[in-house]
Amino acid sequence: MLQIMEGSHAVAEAAKLCRPEVVSAYPITPQTHIVERLAEMVADGELDAEYMCVESELSALSVCLGASATGSRVYSATSSQGLMLMAEVVFNVAGMRQPIVMSIVNRALGAPLSIWNDQQDSISLRDSGWFQLYGEDVQEMTDQHFIAYKAAEQHDVLLPGFVCFDGFILSHTYEPVDIPTQEEIDAFLPPYVPYNKLDAKAPLSMGMYATPDYYMEFRYETDQAMKRAGDAISAAGREFGEMFGRDYSAHTESYRMDDADVAFVALGSICGTVKDAIDEMRADGIKAGLVKIRTFRPFPAEEIAQALAGVPKVAVLEKNISVGSAMKGAVGPEVKDAVTGTGIDVYSYVIGLGGRDIRKKDIRAVAALAEKGVGNMFYGLRTEVL
Amino acid sequence: MTAAELIATAAFKSGVYSQAFPAFGVERRGAPVQAFVRFSDEKVRLRSQIYEPDYIVVQDSSLIADVDVFSGLKEGGIALVNTENDSVEGVPDGVRLITIDATSLALEILGLPITNTTLMGAFAAATGEIELEALEEALRERFSGSLAEKNVAAARCAYELVREEQ
Repeated sequence: MLQIMEGSHAVAEAAKLCRPEVVSAYPITPQTHIVERLAEMVADGELDAEYMCVESELSALSVCLGASATGSRVYSATSSQGLMLMAEVVFNVAGMRQPIVMSIVNRALGAPLSIWNDQQDSISLRDSGWFQLYGEDVQEMTDQHFIAYKAAEQHDVLLPGFVCFDGFILSHTYEPVDIPTQEEIDAFLPPYVPYNKLDAKAPLSMGMYATPDYYMEFRYETDQAMKRAGDAISAAGREFGEMFGRDYSAHTESYRMDDADVAFVALGSICGTVKDAIDEMRADGIKAGLVKIRTFRPFPAEEIAQALAGVPKVAVLEKNISVGSAMKGAVGPEVKDAVTGTGIDVYSYVIGLGGRDIRKKDIRAVAALAEKGVGNMFYGLRTEVL
Repeated sequence: MTAAELIATAAFKSGVYSQAFPAFGVERRGAPVQAFVRFSDEKVRLRSQIYEPDYIVVQDSSLIADVDVFSGLKEGGIALVNTENDSVEGVPDGVRLITIDATSLALEILGLPITNTTLMGAFAAATGEIELEALEEALRERFSGSLAEKNVAAARCAYELVREEQ
């Protein structure tokens, strides 16, 4: 049943329904309402979990790592600078193959200080070994939490995952969302069965040091597991669709791509604005379409290549900047790589950094630039302040 | 933001899709803030801020001197302004101005100068976009006990006042 709810609160409900046994978070800026609500749920006895309030994000994810290593299902949420402070542990969680799910409320990184949205935080950790899902609206980001746990905990995966969604634009927006019941989620997501765990009666070590004779193989195995994570996300997304009518078996979603002359590729909430802009453009005779990326890690190159087949111009909308890179955005080169040899022109457009509002007219302007072959640039710079 | 949230909730309960979000800045009571609401028969996908509103609600008329609150307001649109005066400066041609002394009403009924609910009642009456019953339901969900009833009374009172004026 649809009900109207703030994005952060919908995610807190989703996290609760996943029955985490340990939740740890740093509760101060740049935190969101998610962990505030979870803390209330634990205090009110609605959620039977250990809620550990700590003094920094570094500690929060360290607690999560330790708790997960004992065989518990673990949840955390962070954002922006908080994720950066966690970065060391982010890699350790992946290396120790702990299937933690963490909500990333996408926000810009300082300096200069910005509290507003872009996706620099999670994109900057793309190489860590966590899978990354991006939601377009409150419904999708809510559902992705169930899928993330299901995929992460498969014994042939055992990788952690980020569920990413745009700060403020989704986290602070009230809109209708269908929250499943506990019974439904219990049927979809069984209790976590660890592959191995810290146990005093059967001691083992995790995260020991690896000499040059072994280190590469660990990273190789992580990469192999990430490939399997793609299949597990797809399978969980299909099963979710069968149970709830919202299918997430694909890592991408194509919108009006038939006969498109120009295609956008984007992640997150911007996709809604792009869809509305595409409807207007189509009405004006401009054949535009969208390929929305839901799963950014593992990167669904084949799916993207299929979706873009035959489209002459592709505009990748990037809420990140890989400073010093040729295409400017981090997603563009991967899209370009996916369509190598097809003759498709792929351009990146850095847009909406630090909360700069993105309007339908901006999307139309980007399409016009792509059609002219102008790209790999910042869009919408205020040249008067440069 | 509470007002926007309440409009969106009441609109949703009136049977349409809705979306409410703040102009993401510093959310602090007393600081000038903006919030936006969209509603539609279809799912709302657009995420940009609203530049050409059909309606604006000004909770504090002293802002009008500092901020162009009427910017982009559509011809035939409605400006609902909380003020003790009957007239407001700078209202563009073609815009219907509705004034209400929501602060006095809130002080009288709630005992606090918080105008969200009185203005929501006035908004429902002025625009016809949300039903009073849906607004009351939204208020009873948002607040509990006697506070909910006081807010419902405030909304109803403002609703009737604006209805009579029309």
